[in-house]
Amino acid sequence: MDKLLLDAGSGGLASHRLVADLFLKYFDNPVLAAMNDAAFLEGDPQGRPMAMSTDSYTVDPPEFPGGNIGSLAIHGTVNDVAMLGAEPRWLTCAFILEEGLDMAFLERVVQAMGKAAADAGVIIAAGDTKVVPRGAVDKIFINTTGVGPILVDPAPMGHRAAPGDAVLLSGSVGDHGLTVLGRREGLSFEADVQSDSAALNRVVKDLVTELPEVHVLRDPTRGGLATTLNEIAGQSSTVVRVEEKDIPISPAVVAGCSFLGLDPLYLANEGKLLCFLPEEHCDKALEIMRRHEVGQGAVRIGSVIDPKEATYGRAGQVVLTTNLGGSRLLSMLEGEQLPRIC
Amino acid sequence: MDFLQEFSDPELCRALVAQLVEECTEPFRFMEVCGTHTVAIFRSGLRSLLPDTIIHVSGPGCPVCVTHESEVELYLEMACRRDTVTATFGDLMKVPGAGGSCLKTAQAEGAHVEIVYSPFDALALARKYPDKKVVFLGIGFETTAPTIAATIKMAREQKIDNFLVLSFHKLVPPALRALLDDPEIGVDGFLLPGHVSTIIGLEPYRFLADDYGIPGAVAGFDPLDVLKGLLAIVRMKNEGKPAVTNEYRRAVSDQGNPTAVAIMEEVFEPADALWRGIGSIPGSGLVFREDWKDFDAAAVLGLEQKPAKPLPGCKCGDVLKGKIRPDECPLFKKRCTPATPVGPCMVSTEGSCAAYFKYHIES
Repeated sequence: MDKLLLDAGSGGLASHRLVADLFLKYFDNPVLAAMNDAAFLEGDPQGRPMAMSTDSYTVDPPEFPGGNIGSLAIHGTVNDVAMLGAEPRWLTCAFILEEGLDMAFLERVVQAMGKAAADAGVIIAAGDTKVVPRGAVDKIFINTTGVGPILVDPAPMGHRAAPGDAVLLSGSVGDHGLTVLGRREGLSFEADVQSDSAALNRVVKDLVTELPEVHVLRDPTRGGLATTLNEIAGQSSTVVRVEEKDIPISPAVVAGCSFLGLDPLYLANEGKLLCFLPEEHCDKALEIMRRHEVGQGAVRIGSVIDPKEATYGRAGQVVLTTNLGGSRLLSMLEGEQLPRIC
Repeated sequence: MDFLQEFSDPELCRALVAQLVEECTEPFRFMEVCGTHTVAIFRSGLRSLLPDTIIHVSGPGCPVCVTHESEVELYLEMACRRDTVTATFGDLMKVPGAGGSCLKTAQAEGAHVEIVYSPFDALALARKYPDKKVVFLGIGFETTAPTIAATIKMAREQKIDNFLVLSFHKLVPPALRALLDDPEIGVDGFLLPGHVSTIIGLEPYRFLADDYGIPGAVAGFDPLDVLKGLLAIVRMKNEGKPAVTNEYRRAVSDQGNPTAVAIMEEVFEPADALWRGIGSIPGSGLVFREDWKDFDAAAVLGLEQKPAKPLPGCKCGDVLKGKIRPDECPLFKKRCTPATPVGPCMVSTEGSCAAYFKYHIES
């Protein structure tokens, strides 16, 4: 069988074959293998509060340098759960698949999901598959939900950003967004760009267990760094000031963005995190982040300022100090970035 | 040093800003004609570094912003036809017509609209959809017109007969003349558009100095380019010797690109055109020459430009002429935001209202 048939979503034998031959093969774990209507989860013996997050993944193209929609669906939800200072333990995944889908492609996606989950130390505990007629979806949609205990009290949240906090970023921005956009448009860049898609739960675990003082953790996905910083400034009614010269952007992303008329600060990232915490813990937090491969490029990019004391900007605004030393607003992304005329 | 960063070197910029502070002793209103300059000045933070004596005014150099209401209405009507595929650069997608609809809403209602990066992509669409007329929206200045003309020539060579262009191209020098003829504008000097100048060179701007005594400098889009251009203009003012200079030699030759101009002139010829907020400017548009009319979407599809009223309350015209700052428009940040744009200056990423909204820190 090299093309997916509608039968595979019927609930009958064809469905069972798909689950047994494909999903269980790559998601192998005792909870899922029990094949009950619901997953039996042992829970958290310490009775800690749990974090839960869900997200649906549609990406064009579904395969790109650095990953595919499957690994992205694992990393995205693992990271969302982790950003509450939690340890993601269990995931669900639901597929909506288009009739006629190439089975080799589906296998690559599922295989990548299995590997991404194993690497992150989470299990896929439940799932669902629907197959819809050709044209009803664009190849493959995946929804993942993640659950896990919160490791620190109080949990890091956007409203906790406070004046005196340092703003840290775990590495370069724009890589995922430019990679996907470049592939979609069939563009090749002088130097290769690759998605940064990666699970951040291990670096988060070290951060919050060694530094419970962490105020905010957030992964700047869609809308990019600029939009995420604005969300946090808005939630905490502070002014966030960031230094353009300190924001790491790879030369290939700078060049690609320049060519396409895009701003890397608004491009999606899938393997980066922002960490806000009191100034005095800045060095320790950077050391923890750099311990992990995904945090090798960790740097401080700015500070949180009391709006009453800010020379520029009001509560809820992000101010960028440019490379030239000038100041300007770094506002939220409005709609999607579109290629321009000249 | 990285070539991309070379022209943003903070030390050199600081030195040029200091020179500007020293030499620009009287208030000086300069207009940057091009939308890319507007964004570059805001984005680099230059605006907050320039001395108070330099008053920065945005001009009519954003092709989306100057597209007339009646042109927007016409292409929206065309896009809704079942027999057409509209190919466009992305920044036209959200430009609202009189009724508030735009290409994005038309697309949601079933119009076949495709965003392209180059007119050659539109030609590929014409091959892909042989049963439809693929119409490329020819909006832009001298920068884009030659490439579009070259695409049209290629379509003829390859006998692709379902590729059409709706030409609403505009020419920059006639618009500058029209601005200078308006006694209310009061501009002391022009930062001339780098992109347009790569095609037309310096000659078409000479009238600024010769006829009006206004200096102009062709400038690039990195901070050093902008500062160098400004300093050249300030010095010409101080010396009382207005001229048109080339401060963007790494991209612009004084003669421009004669090959590109020849291709553009082979396919198109100048005609009067409507500019949003400014009105009709003689010889400021490009229409198809007789020999090329079989690619003219307006002629082939029988499209007729109808009079359209300006959007009520929208002051984009005054912004484009540098008469008011974006934040002096009563709709700015109230009815008119990037999410709910009333006029095109707020729609286009290169529009001065959008730049103000996005980058300007209120004091």
